[in-house]
Amino acid sequence: MNRLLPLGLILLVAVYPFIFDSNFAINFGILVLFFALIGQSWNIAGGFAGQLSFGHAAFFGIGAYCSTILQLRFGVNPWLGLPASVAGGALAGALIALLSFRAGLRGSYFALITLAFAEAFRIIANSLAITGGGVGLLIPMQRSAANFQFPSRIGFYYVIAALAVLSIAVALWLKRSRFGARLAAIRENEDAARALGIDTFREKVKVMALSGGMCAAGGTFYAQYYLYIDPAVAFGVDKSVEMLLVTMIGGAGTVYGPLIGSLLLTLVGEVTRNLTEAQGLSLIIYGCLLVVIIGFLPNGLVELFRMRRRRRA
Amino acid sequence: MLEVRGLTKIFGGLRAVDRASLEVAEGSIAALIGPNGAGKTTLFAAITGFDRPDEGSVRFCGADITGLPPHLICRQGMVRTFQVTQPFAQLTVRENIMVGAYLKTPERDAAAARAEAIARQLGMGELLDRTASGLTVAGRKRLELARALATQPRLLLLDEVMAGLNPSEIDALMPVIRGIRDAGVTVFLIEHVMQAVMSLAEHVYVLSYGRIIADGAPQQVAADPQVIEAYLGRGAAQRMAGAAHA
Repeated sequence: MNRLLPLGLILLVAVYPFIFDSNFAINFGILVLFFALIGQSWNIAGGFAGQLSFGHAAFFGIGAYCSTILQLRFGVNPWLGLPASVAGGALAGALIALLSFRAGLRGSYFALITLAFAEAFRIIANSLAITGGGVGLLIPMQRSAANFQFPSRIGFYYVIAALAVLSIAVALWLKRSRFGARLAAIRENEDAARALGIDTFREKVKVMALSGGMCAAGGTFYAQYYLYIDPAVAFGVDKSVEMLLVTMIGGAGTVYGPLIGSLLLTLVGEVTRNLTEAQGLSLIIYGCLLVVIIGFLPNGLVELFRMRRRRRA
Repeated sequence: MLEVRGLTKIFGGLRAVDRASLEVAEGSIAALIGPNGAGKTTLFAAITGFDRPDEGSVRFCGADITGLPPHLICRQGMVRTFQVTQPFAQLTVRENIMVGAYLKTPERDAAAARAEAIARQLGMGELLDRTASGLTVAGRKRLELARALATQPRLLLLDEVMAGLNPSEIDALMPVIRGIRDAGVTVFLIEHVMQAVMSLAEHVYVLSYGRIIADGAPQQVAADPQVIEAYLGRGAAQRMAGAAHA
């Protein structure tokens, strides 16, 4: 069962656009997979390694700006911009981790310092010429796959599907590898981890680099899909919270949590938005649902599947 | 194997460990005893790199390891357990022990096999799939021991593994510790349970107010007037001697 799950998932993701081929459905699929990707990036640091960040938008924004600036200012093809963004996000992750963990920041202090970094990046992006300042950057429309601007949404769908599946593969690998076991040990008890020979500083820097790189890939995708970024979208608190939210709702520290959380939250978001014309009502309903989910399933929706398995056993 | 010279650890104005020197011979079981607050755990922490000593040196197997971080000391073959058990609470017993086993192998299967072997050696074979948070006190103590052993240490520092156990659990754990030594791992333990110290340790160090006040064979140390006074108060040794004569 456990071995078939990833294959079934890949199959489902692959055939989805053939079953639901409306523009709305494809866009829905893209959103689910996009939030699953950036949620997974948060999950790897926050869920697997217990390094809770409130500022993952820093990596998202660096990814979005990195490929876009390379493209607009230096004429670099966004397909090459994507790996450059991943490298930039990884570097930023390692750097922020290096500074924060060297200073011994843990728990809520680490969360606050990441938030501060994201805000600092937002202000820098707001004031530099190369980032277009507060006006943001508009990518000229040149629809072609070679240009990472697909003529149809299906192209975007398969790119984000590949990235999201890759992020799940990374999570699956973490569950079975020494690196993942060490991250879990750090999350559960850092002193005990050190006593057992784990270089906790090094492992935490590594995981932040991995998480930052993954998140930056989502940033590049976002920029190419919407062809527009500005400091508030790229580095704003909203993105940080959304990543954290899909993971918490789905189940932090689990492989499929971010995907399940993203599916539910995107669904709820779309349904409540179309439910009523009244301004803000959809957000109230959205908020109430979050409260209910968190109240009944504090470990996330994944808990539902676990409970069923336990009952069967 | 372990040589501590003049080790001092100061917290504010308090000399928690004051010029402590001791030696642990390879293949032996040594014990560190002393009244509550004497500085035993601090001494362990300073030896294993958790607290940087202010003065003095620690040598392990001939190499100077003073002030090295804990993970490097562990990699050289010296590992400690914690008095207040520190399980990876959400992980299973197997996963807990595997974290230790991964020190010597990157292979998941090898680490799992080693974890299972150690769990069985410590009588935890039935508990492998249990979550650590659900273990009893005795189970957690054994888990500390198992995780530490999984790193394949040459020297094991045990901080009160017997504390909080009932007499039958203590009786069950003693042969386990002796078995670990017989398998070639040197053991240095902090212990309050005198029954365990007396029957396990070959050499005992007594710490009081941060200083080593006596050392020797267990019987010899137990009869030392300074040790009796450290535990029972000034004049206690004399009163006991008087009572024996009367």
